[in-house]
Amino acid sequence: MTSQVSSSSSATAEPPAQEPSHPPVIGDVLGEQRKPVKETRRLDRVIIRFAGDSGDGMQLTGDRFTSETASFGNDLSTLPNFPAEIRAPAGTLPGVSSFQLHFADHDILTPGDAPDVLVAMNPAALKANIADLPRGAEIIVNTDEFTKRAMAKVGYAASPLDDGSLEAYAVHPVPLTTLTVEALKDSGLARKDAERAKNMFALGLLSWMYHRPTEGTESFLRKKFAKKPDIAEANVTAFRAGWNFGETTEDFAVNYEVQPASSAFPAGTYRNISGNLALAYGLVAAGQRSELPLFLGSYPITPASDILHELSRHKNFGVRTFQAEDEIAAIGAALGAAFGGSLALTTTSGPGVALKSETIGLAVSLELPLLIIDIQRGGPSTGLPTKTEQSDLLQAMYGRNGEAPVPVVAPCTPADCFDAALEAARIALTYRTPVMLLSDGYLANGSEPWRIPDVEDLPDLRVRFATAPNHTAADGSEEFWPYLRDPETLARPWAVPGTPGLEHRIGGIEKQDGTGNISYDPANHDFMTRTRQAKIDGVQVPDVVVDDPGGAARTLVIGWGSTYGPITAAVRRIRREGGSIAQAHLRHLNPFPANLGEVLRAYDKVVVPEMNLGQLAHLLRAKYLVDAHSYTQVTGLPFKSEQLAKALVEESAND
Amino acid sequence: MIEALSLVPKAEAKQSMKDFKSDQEVRWCPGCGDYAILAAVQSFMPELGLARENVVFVSGIGCSSRFPYYMNTYGMHSIHGRAPAIATGLASSRRDLSVWVVTGDGDALSIGGNHLIHALRRNVNLKILLFNNRIYGLTKGQYSPTSEVGKITKSTPMGSLDAPFNPVSLAIGAEASFVARTVDSDRKHLQSVLRAAAEHSGTALVEIYQNCNIFNDGAFEVLKDRESALDAVIRLEHGEPIRFGAPAEDGLGSKGVVRDPATGDLKVIDVTVEGAAGVLVHDAHAASPTTAFALSRLADADTLHHTPIGVLRDVSRPVYDTEMAEQLEKAVVQQGKGDLASLLAGRDTWTVVG
Repeated sequence: MTSQVSSSSSATAEPPAQEPSHPPVIGDVLGEQRKPVKETRRLDRVIIRFAGDSGDGMQLTGDRFTSETASFGNDLSTLPNFPAEIRAPAGTLPGVSSFQLHFADHDILTPGDAPDVLVAMNPAALKANIADLPRGAEIIVNTDEFTKRAMAKVGYAASPLDDGSLEAYAVHPVPLTTLTVEALKDSGLARKDAERAKNMFALGLLSWMYHRPTEGTESFLRKKFAKKPDIAEANVTAFRAGWNFGETTEDFAVNYEVQPASSAFPAGTYRNISGNLALAYGLVAAGQRSELPLFLGSYPITPASDILHELSRHKNFGVRTFQAEDEIAAIGAALGAAFGGSLALTTTSGPGVALKSETIGLAVSLELPLLIIDIQRGGPSTGLPTKTEQSDLLQAMYGRNGEAPVPVVAPCTPADCFDAALEAARIALTYRTPVMLLSDGYLANGSEPWRIPDVEDLPDLRVRFATAPNHTAADGSEEFWPYLRDPETLARPWAVPGTPGLEHRIGGIEKQDGTGNISYDPANHDFMTRTRQAKIDGVQVPDVVVDDPGGAARTLVIGWGSTYGPITAAVRRIRREGGSIAQAHLRHLNPFPANLGEVLRAYDKVVVPEMNLGQLAHLLRAKYLVDAHSYTQVTGLPFKSEQLAKALVEESAND
Repeated sequence: MIEALSLVPKAEAKQSMKDFKSDQEVRWCPGCGDYAILAAVQSFMPELGLARENVVFVSGIGCSSRFPYYMNTYGMHSIHGRAPAIATGLASSRRDLSVWVVTGDGDALSIGGNHLIHALRRNVNLKILLFNNRIYGLTKGQYSPTSEVGKITKSTPMGSLDAPFNPVSLAIGAEASFVARTVDSDRKHLQSVLRAAAEHSGTALVEIYQNCNIFNDGAFEVLKDRESALDAVIRLEHGEPIRFGAPAEDGLGSKGVVRDPATGDLKVIDVTVEGAAGVLVHDAHAASPTTAFALSRLADADTLHHTPIGVLRDVSRPVYDTEMAEQLEKAVVQQGKGDLASLLAGRDTWTVVG
């Protein structure tokens, strides 16, 4: 870490870190009589937030800026934040959609606490986001939208652009709509259609400000609107006009460079990837590495539907996707496919898991491999469909009738969703069990650079189906016992229909050990219940790794899932300021790593930050009898690292 | 070669009923209609000549759903109402299997109603045997979604209030491509319907009236008693005039089904010599489901008078699992066989040199 990083990342109340390491550069002068002198400053990191109406195309704008940034080679992390309504009432606070992007010349972990730059496409976007801005931040506002009526709609009595309330910020008033329409006056588009390109004007301006490459966006636009070439050209024109506006107007005297984060990344080929895409790829990879056909049964639900969409595009990998009539049928079909020898899965969010519970219990009883992918969102009930939360942990652990243990794994970053999917498949296939994978809305929609793995380095997930009888009856005849277990893993044989001689019947009624025949025998049920539990308890998972440089820390902060980024950023912040704190993060929630008890007991204090009301803390306290302290937040948004660092320091200080 | 079963491997040796009996003791109540259906199915299966290991029975919950345990094939006794969904996943991922669903009136029409109608509209290659005894047996005698209105049961001491489903009407309304009805005690008819179902490509729904001698004994007696059956049962044969009742002079039934010119609906008439030509000829393959639906409505839900049995509808339309497989093949033709490395790499990459 350089001092430059420390000054900038701790400075939520200061302008972005600026280091005049380069002398001012004279902007290129192209065909104009006079060009203003443009200074280029170098920054180590920037946080930008695009905000507008749900219909303003802010997510697309953010995605494009992200792609440009990724291809430039910065490290990055994103936070899309949008309402559940497809088109919320225009110009209102609940209708504001935003996209935050943090990019840097070094390794970063979160989408950032506070934006250095806010692009506000209307008064609602300004009002909804201004509280998050540190003093000195830059604000680019679309002045065309600051009409009396639009301002009144969100409760501005006077224009915030004129009344001095934005004095603490560097405001750039830009008539984005007018400029866009002007740039497109020869396009032949109706005014309304021309106005719609204003997000590309804004993107062009920001691309100029931060020296982003532009070819990707231009070819993206031409491809996206291939069937409407006039719209494609209008968007490209608006995008270029935005760039040129930055280049020529005096209001923007400075532009910035953020160097590629080459030193932060190990050598390799990289791409940008979102959590849901990484998860989908992980599932395709699991199908390929297991040499089993992949079968997805799913019912559309936010924020999981993108996995269904993505897998539906890969039929050439033999992937079958089945959009079912409901959540129950979705997992039912998957379980049927698993019986038939597919690597089967279902994708959903918390309310869907609730509906699938009975079938998960059946899968526990049948002991068939099955992946249940839960992209968690705010709950209970419908809750906050588009916002993030980690509140399904206890549902994943215990949300079934009877003793029905299920392994639980959780990815910790968007790119990590790929590895987590492979790990979930490994456990399901090895132990013949349903496995719950807990991602969440923040991981699903957020993105970061990902080092593309070599296919040969991915785990070998091939399985052996049963092909022959496994038991000799008293009369000497050979028979097949579907519940005769592997002594190591306690997994039962997977004998798929079509295998001669192994015909057998399985079901949700308790089975006799070995034969699998219906049994109501008390001792057998006791034995089978304990055996199913022992199988899951015996799932081999790697030890949890503790990061405790120096070994002097008395406090351990432990988390799981998507809080990895914010917790790690908070820990770095504490250490930079001289504090010592140990960190551990759990990929495996059931079973826990074998060394976890020892790790927890090695520290005087254990703090567990979670985006729920303390579900992991509850499990840790129950299992290990340690005084784990919860630090929780359920705002639908990820932790901010500064606030988390402060809380961790306070928790450490309390005795 | 039956097209519906063309992908299912054939048995190498001739099979007998014994080959399809599992070693499990059958545990239905003595006298239950399920025994007759089990025997009819076990003795019918050898006729198909399929490799036993490629036959799967999937069931839900209820008395009838114990069925798979007694078949020496692959089988799954699943959870209440979900068998059609589970079987859909199995059948659409394994086209080399002959997949049968065994369900009951509570399982298929109450808790699993949604899965039933969606399986029917999708037309997955499944054969659904719906054992209808018009009562909840396993839970000891509550009224079911096919019970007649006013049924006195443990849960309805003053009589049930809800109007029943007619499973055949429901299936036709749900776009089913094959719908038939038969009776547990008529093995010959039952097997003829099973044969037609097995030969059908896509989802087949076979409603089997089944007597529960403990909680609803004699529910179908009117259809079984030789005397009363004459007027109660309308036997449907494709291509034959729909005649029933005591024989008329021409040897066919003295009653017939005709189209009422005033309403367009169907009605039952006494057939006269002149009127015989006007009797409706059953067309199970009619593209429109309208007449099959009208036939299904002739039955009186209370008395079961004018109950049609046989194949009401048997039409050909695209089969879900066939089309799903074709999409996979088409994707390979269009995109090439999936290459994981190139999928993971995508289009926008950058390289960091160490």
